Amino acid sequence: MTTETATAAPTGGGTRLRFAGVGLAALALLLVSIGAAITLGPADVSLVNVRDILLNHLGGADIPVRVSKEAIVWEDRLPRALVAAACGAGLGLCGLILQSLLRNPLADPYVLGISSGASSGAVVVAILGVGAAGLGIPGGAFIGSLVSFAAVLAIARLAGGGDDKLILAGIAVTQLFSAITSFVIFAFADSDATRGVMFWLLGSLEGVRWNGAALCGIAALAGTLLCLARAHVLDAFAFGDDVAASLGVHVKRERAVLITAAALLTATMVSVAGAVGFVGLVLPHAARFLAGPLHLRLVPVTALIGAIFMVWVDAVSRIAFSPSPLPIGVSTALVGVPVFIAIMYRRRRTL
Amino acid sequence: MTLQTREVAWNRGGRLVVDGITLDPRPGSTVGLLGPNGSGKSSLIRLLSGVARPSAGVVMLDERSLTEVPRRDAARAIATVTQHADTTVDVTVRDIVCLGRIPHRGVFGGDRQADAEAVSEALERTGLTAKATESWHRLSGGERQRVHIARALAQRPRELLLDEPTNHLDIRHQLDLLRLITELPVTTVVALHDLNLAAMFCDALLVLKDGRAVAAGPPAEVLSPELITEVYEVDAAVTVDPGTGRPQIAFTI
Repeated sequence: MTTETATAAPTGGGTRLRFAGVGLAALALLLVSIGAAITLGPADVSLVNVRDILLNHLGGADIPVRVSKEAIVWEDRLPRALVAAACGAGLGLCGLILQSLLRNPLADPYVLGISSGASSGAVVVAILGVGAAGLGIPGGAFIGSLVSFAAVLAIARLAGGGDDKLILAGIAVTQLFSAITSFVIFAFADSDATRGVMFWLLGSLEGVRWNGAALCGIAALAGTLLCLARAHVLDAFAFGDDVAASLGVHVKRERAVLITAAALLTATMVSVAGAVGFVGLVLPHAARFLAGPLHLRLVPVTALIGAIFMVWVDAVSRIAFSPSPLPIGVSTALVGVPVFIAIMYRRRRTL
Repeated sequence: MTLQTREVAWNRGGRLVVDGITLDPRPGSTVGLLGPNGSGKSSLIRLLSGVARPSAGVVMLDERSLTEVPRRDAARAIATVTQHADTTVDVTVRDIVCLGRIPHRGVFGGDRQADAEAVSEALERTGLTAKATESWHRLSGGERQRVHIARALAQRPRELLLDEPTNHLDIRHQLDLLRLITELPVTTVVALHDLNLAAMFCDALLVLKDGRAVAAGPPAEVLSPELITEVYEVDAAVTVDPGTGRPQIAFTI
């Protein structure tokens, strides 16, 4: 990443003012990243074009821009960059919530099978048409994510509990729901089903539009606000449920609220972008490195660097093997897996 | 005005782990809970802290049933130090002590000055001021216990509950820690294994066996060879320390 976030490294004893400055710099960096990412790609678009098109649409200006460029920026690249930003922020926050509540540094919606469950739920609605009218694809994804999460917790408890059991249960549930997703697509999808196995299992931002951007954007903002309001609760879980309860935290209620929020966030992102992996795992750790362990700082930093990270990962995925795009989940896994291994290695030393 | 139990019982999966215990500590005193493993010390502490609900009887905080007191209000009055409270998060001593201020938060955060005062006083009392920026994972077992006690003190409680706080500490740290908690101006209920430490530091003892109270009162009245044989199934000789007037226990083989 760039110099602005690098200078934020030692915030341990930093003042509030300095932290606010870092936050604003990161926000500015996010906006610049979105602007710059939009210019990248086979069709030649300059930053000036981007500015003009945005002014035309948002500021009521009337600057002449070629129609093809206007369509590429406004109909394709801008909503896509916004979905990427929202997914990065939302999935990062999901990882943060799960790592705090489950007290497991490897917790992440993808590792624990919640994304797979959401994919299965979405596919069951989209392809089998179960409850299509009442639920819609996001609703199906939400139910799928809740079912898979409940399954992970139940299996981990049956196996006797503990950090490693949770991850093993996550592997089992991920495999199960990936298989269900693949089965439904292979058995029931007709050839013109636009979103295939690759999309639901790996994630992709191909063809996302403004409705997806709006849905993901609202979910990411709501998630950020909720996590900020619950920051002290996320802190209180550091030493387990009993310590949290003795600090006056309503453990069952807070747990239910935060887990539902994580499932909703995951479901929203998966229903628009498919099951993008490892973002939720990696970003909270990067954010801890920058902002320390306390969630009042971790939440905004995770959301912002998550958004910046995904905007750039998507831009690289889009242009690296142009004209055929790389599914974004491939890129995030390439970054995420080494980090996963590094965390396992560090845990070995601290235990 | 204090934390009391009246005929409190807890049926945990078909087993009465706490069976009709009445506890009424004198404000400001230190009460020791004694008894062999599985006698119900930890369970009683969980009931007193409000983390678990009794299946019969009642835990009272200021003449109100603890189950009716909002969790946050309870956390402002009662602080608990449990066993084996560990974390995977890379937090500093000060971060952990600051957790103790969570119950004092308002809707828009806390009173920052009161928070800072409570935290530095808690660090001072536990002798951790110099270690405030140290990482949890670098601390020894004794230091970790002290950090949890500092966190509990930052809650500014009236009642302090400790579950075997001297476990795994060397003798010097055991003595330091018990001296610290008995000097605190709060009512303390502490589960202990070591009878001599209990005799030295507690104002009153409650001896449990199979969830029931076997004896209660000042150490000099409670700790008799007969009671120790009945509860712990070992033989012991009890003498009185001429300096302190407190009982001393020597076990015989």
